[in-house]
Amino acid sequence: MMLKLDNVTKVYRTGAFGGGSTTAVGGVSFEVGPGEVVSLIGESGSGKSTLGRMILGLTPVTSGSITWNGTAVRPAKSYYREVQGVFQDPFSTFNPVFKADRVFRMIKEVYFPEVPPAEWAERVRASLADVRLNPAQILGKFPHQLSGGQLQRLLIARALLLDIKLLVADEITSMLDASTRIDVLNLLAELKGRGLGVLYITHDLSLGTYLAERTIVLRRGTVAEMGPTETVFTGPKHPYTRELLAAVPRLREPWQEAEPIESCLYHDKAGTGGLLEVEPGHYVACARLAGCAG
Amino acid sequence: MSLRVTDLKVHYQTLKGEVRALDGVSFEVGDGEILGLAGESGCGKTTLGKSLIRMDGRMRHIGGRVELDGEELPVGDDRRMNPFRFHKVSLVPQYSMSAMNPTRKIGRMVGELLRSRGVPLDAEKLAARLDLVGLSPEVLGRYPIELSGGMKQRMVMVISTLLDPSLLIADEVTSALDVSTQKGVATALAGFRDNGVVNSMIFITHDISLTYQIADKIMIMYAGKVVERAPAKVIVEAPRHPYTKLLIDSLPEVGVRYADRRLSGIPGGPPSLLDPPTGCRFRDRCPLAFDKCAQEPPAAEIEPGHVVACWKA
Repeated sequence: MMLKLDNVTKVYRTGAFGGGSTTAVGGVSFEVGPGEVVSLIGESGSGKSTLGRMILGLTPVTSGSITWNGTAVRPAKSYYREVQGVFQDPFSTFNPVFKADRVFRMIKEVYFPEVPPAEWAERVRASLADVRLNPAQILGKFPHQLSGGQLQRLLIARALLLDIKLLVADEITSMLDASTRIDVLNLLAELKGRGLGVLYITHDLSLGTYLAERTIVLRRGTVAEMGPTETVFTGPKHPYTRELLAAVPRLREPWQEAEPIESCLYHDKAGTGGLLEVEPGHYVACARLAGCAG
Repeated sequence: MSLRVTDLKVHYQTLKGEVRALDGVSFEVGDGEILGLAGESGCGKTTLGKSLIRMDGRMRHIGGRVELDGEELPVGDDRRMNPFRFHKVSLVPQYSMSAMNPTRKIGRMVGELLRSRGVPLDAEKLAARLDLVGLSPEVLGRYPIELSGGMKQRMVMVISTLLDPSLLIADEVTSALDVSTQKGVATALAGFRDNGVVNSMIFITHDISLTYQIADKIMIMYAGKVVERAPAKVIVEAPRHPYTKLLIDSLPEVGVRYADRRLSGIPGGPPSLLDPPTGCRFRDRCPLAFDKCAQEPPAAEIEPGHVVACWKA
């Protein structure tokens, strides 16, 4: 079970008559294996959500390929049985006039019409237990009667009912309070222990490091740096990664001025000459490392 | 003392009854001080910020007194508050994206705003302020849509403080911004205080690590009440209220890994403020709760400048 992105590019047409174009994602390649959490970190406009949407088949790729177990990804029932997405705003994901647990019934109608109701109820109960929700507090409620954390966990439970192998989690905790956010993260960690692959898309570096084995830092649609989370965070090589890390507010550690970066092409150029493997598994797109005099 | 708030009570009127969003809040902000106001959604932090400048139609001032620079601030009286607004108290709202008139070039809009307050435009001062937040005077010739989120937020900060208010309330000003922009905006805000543009500031955010970077003191709110107030360093390093402790422990920080150190959230949720429980409002979720918590804990000053409302502190 493996998701593989190979040189994926997305170009949006812009302007009144589609005359202009914007490259949202330019030549991104990476893989997510079973039981692996990969965090995709980027600021607004870095193309992180576009990548997530392309992986889920919600937006076509312009060029390059996204494959799941060797076959090209397309929006089909068989694919969504294994790969599901959860997004940022749980309040807009649910239809406000339907009871929240109706999403479970829809799953049954679409994917499992043959399962007898009693067995289905048992499955729902089990998946709610997996996300540590009390069925009595959830079933029969409208979305506005539930908290954001409950709704977000309900969406994960829904994804689990399908026996998914990969979850694309796009900013799933950014609308949650600090005290509930960590519960959702711990839940993902537990599911990962059971073999679920997670692509964790976020702008928040600290949330990304908590879970992920591998971290990919995106900048303007291209990978600036990627590698094992520890390595990227303790020994960032790309000036952009360093700048990001220096800007993260931390407890017990006042902001420092970011260390000055002597003559670096990063400040003048958006694109770089591609990724360079600086140590095993640690890739950096930095012109300086690639043989610039600075 | 710049601001002194005593037992402020503000309720929201809803169809179901009164929501006690602020239920007896007392605190002070010293001259030249930045008070960080933190707490989770629904704790009353935004209500507090709004109460100090303009209550919306659903809000009712039930009781309590607000004094700014020794003068009473008539927070419950919309009309009498008018002379204070922007001259004495000003606000930087969260959504700077929608705070500016999209149909005017920014320079023209600033001129119109000042005229509406009967103040002439001081071009030199405006340029100096723009420089202070790191904007070029060119932005005055542009429309809001031509500015990035961080630039818009800075521009709104400049506009909000053009009349040199004594107190500035900054409500979640950086929560829609990227980390690198966030740092710039937060530092610029602190610069307003450092350069004497404003006397004191209330910096409202849900992000304690961010507050810690710029605030002198931090006040933590829970369910319409102040649970703890202390110098920023003390709140972060030696918090005394169980809620503050749990909240800080639940923050994932860069470098903390699930495999090494498992963080945990706070079980349960805050009580409904329609009919809040008596006694300590955190007691249902509190690991230290005991029978005395059924009585409301008084806000006690356990050290100079460190106020905690907990029987166990």
